[in-house]
Amino acid sequence: MSEAQAQMSEDDADLAAAAGGASIRTAVVTTGGDYSSPYPDQVLENVLENVLIFLTSRRDRNAVSLVCKSWYRAEALTRSEIYIGNCYSVSPRRAAERFRRVRSVVLKGKPRFADFSLMPPDWGAHFAPWVIEMAEAYRGLEKLYLKRMNVTDDDLAVMARSFGNFRELVLVCCEGFGTAGLAVVASKCRQLRVFDLIEAEVSDDDEVDWLSCFPESGTCLESLIFDCVEFPINFDALENLVARSRSLKKLRVNRFVNLEQLHRLMILAPQLTDLGTGSFSPQDHPIDQEPDLVSAFTACRSLVSLSGFRETVPDYLPAVYPVCANITSLNFSYANITADELKPVIRNCHKLQIFWVLDSVRDEGLQAVAATCKDLRELRVFPIDATEDNVGPVSDVGLQAISEGCKKLESILYFCQQMTNAAVISMSNNCPDLVVFRLCIIGRYRPDHSTGEPMDEGFGAIVKNCKKLTRLAVSGLLTDKAFSYIGQYGKLVRTLSFAFAGDSDLGLKYVLEGCSKLEKLEIRDCPFGDSALRSGLHHYHNMRFLWMSTCRVTRQGCREIAQQIPRVIVEVFRWNQILEEGEKSDLVDTLYLYRSLEGPRADAPKFVNIL
Amino acid sequence: MESIGVEEKGLNLEATELRLGLPGRDKIEKEIISSFNKNKRAAPKSAEDDGSEAKADTKHRDHEAAPAAKAQVIGWPPIRSYRKNNFAPKKAEAEYGNYVKVSMDGAPYLRKIDLKVYTGYKDLLQALENMFKLSIGVYSEREGYKGSEHAPTYEDKDGDWMLVGDVPWDMFMSSCKRLRIMKGSEARGLGCAV
Repeated sequence: MSEAQAQMSEDDADLAAAAGGASIRTAVVTTGGDYSSPYPDQVLENVLENVLIFLTSRRDRNAVSLVCKSWYRAEALTRSEIYIGNCYSVSPRRAAERFRRVRSVVLKGKPRFADFSLMPPDWGAHFAPWVIEMAEAYRGLEKLYLKRMNVTDDDLAVMARSFGNFRELVLVCCEGFGTAGLAVVASKCRQLRVFDLIEAEVSDDDEVDWLSCFPESGTCLESLIFDCVEFPINFDALENLVARSRSLKKLRVNRFVNLEQLHRLMILAPQLTDLGTGSFSPQDHPIDQEPDLVSAFTACRSLVSLSGFRETVPDYLPAVYPVCANITSLNFSYANITADELKPVIRNCHKLQIFWVLDSVRDEGLQAVAATCKDLRELRVFPIDATEDNVGPVSDVGLQAISEGCKKLESILYFCQQMTNAAVISMSNNCPDLVVFRLCIIGRYRPDHSTGEPMDEGFGAIVKNCKKLTRLAVSGLLTDKAFSYIGQYGKLVRTLSFAFAGDSDLGLKYVLEGCSKLEKLEIRDCPFGDSALRSGLHHYHNMRFLWMSTCRVTRQGCREIAQQIPRVIVEVFRWNQILEEGEKSDLVDTLYLYRSLEGPRADAPKFVNIL
Repeated sequence: MESIGVEEKGLNLEATELRLGLPGRDKIEKEIISSFNKNKRAAPKSAEDDGSEAKADTKHRDHEAAPAAKAQVIGWPPIRSYRKNNFAPKKAEAEYGNYVKVSMDGAPYLRKIDLKVYTGYKDLLQALENMFKLSIGVYSEREGYKGSEHAPTYEDKDGDWMLVGDVPWDMFMSSCKRLRIMKGSEARGLGCAV
């Protein structure tokens, strides 16, 4: 894959530089100081730089950098956004040395399974070394997007004081910071346009009133998202902030903002395009008469995205009717509403493209969605009750309805207790544009509930018929056959997620040998062992990571892999500290393997062994 | 049907049987679950015994207590914990007490107390006096707390700061989010409210 090769070729460039190869700037000087005849290649490089500025896709840029050394240099100097999918794949120093003029950084840390308590705390992914390096190297940094990183208040402080032109901060699934850190960002980053906290864990230990810390005279804020913050905020400060942020387009408040307060905010900001409604529930002892929400929503003519509804009382849902016809994104995934409460809202949402909902609406609710939302691209159905059960409120019936009604579907995440192959096959036939298919049958090892067969054929049909599929998550009763289908047809698949599936090593072998574009593979509780692990030796350097927890790989097996492939870090950890007396197992709890240009990381905690 | 490791290809034909009724697979599931949790190439007959221990192990790391018949597994289903907890936070409060933070103007750090422990305002105020080594004075509806530099206040659910003692104890218990002991002129101001 080009990313790996791009990293490999960087070593060539390092060697060239060490051997005295000239950089563009010194070229003129070393040719005898005659400025009238520049080094011939310099003209080409200048032209190239001017052209490359227009190239934004990182995959294209990686390809460009492989052409030759001169193109490599030109590309490195013109890349303004760097994307680091695994913070341990490259050191901050190395990244900063190659790319010197960066204005935007995307940095991702822990693998996704960390979200589900499968990774012990204090594993790593610290932002600190990155911010320290960037404070020196990227003084002009404007945008920072961090995902699953450990970010401390100190890190935020360094960031706030180092980048004078800083504009956008997006923290997704991050933890380690609190209100003190938020306050420093608010007060020091005077050019801040975007301040988004998405599914982040923010601590309230310091109890700093961060909303009061924004510039008094007015802000450039365009987006302020803090719906994940699980403690009260100073509402007066928020109201004041909204009033003096005339550019504000996106505002998602947390559940400590009630309906009356929301109304006040909406009156101040009818220009909003994206609104997170907080609790959407009235205060406990309403003093005044009910606020006129319908007028407030009517006034928001530009509103296209609606979310929140954290503690919603269905009586107030009709207030959103005025905006239904325009909205393209609706997140009801915290609203415990029935099909009857959903229908009057959804039947007006003809333009809806993204819909997140709780399974409290049942198959009937999904049928209503299918009947109206012909333009739907992304659907996520979350369970209210996450315990394994025989029957749940949504099933194959809902999935079938969606497949028949929403033919433009591109992405689906569906939690249910039971499913049939027929419904999944139906979706594979009706929704050819599917790029992401994630089906989670909560009951583990559940077969097709009408035929009793494994779910092999359903998932097989998905990989066969959905030619654009790049991401797949499987569940239910699955034999090695399902994996053979994935290996055979999943030629574009980049991300795979397996849990409680498969019969033997063959299953994983099919996948590792067949899915040539595979980048991320996360596996838990599957009977795959060392032999299967070996079958991926040819491919691991092309992948971002492989995660296997509670499988059948042994320490020895992992050690062999570590010895046989260079530039791949093999981490093994013990999570399950409760062992039986006298038990000695060579099986590892968790294997986390990732390619890296660096050696073993220095910040690994005690429970991590790097082989 | 899945097998446990390469050695044990024992087909469990029951599971692939065609059924008209709802699948009743708990027993089989438990065996598989327990042997995976123990990560052993366990013989099926010992799985039952190991099963209960495995369940106990995983149970005390889980967010929710599972009904005994169904084993709860860490990180399954793959939903982020704040989503799982979103529909059960109130239950937690009922079991574990009603802790609120107490701050005092001028004090370097906060304290935390469980309101459930106190029988009424008198009890609470006495405890606060002991905790912060001060005297709070006598409450009167008209004049607030007379006879001292300090006044106990609390933040209610609506975010407003109220004087402790104005509402019935039960209402106070359910609406109090945090306490703050005010000092000096601010404290006196509260007593003279219109």
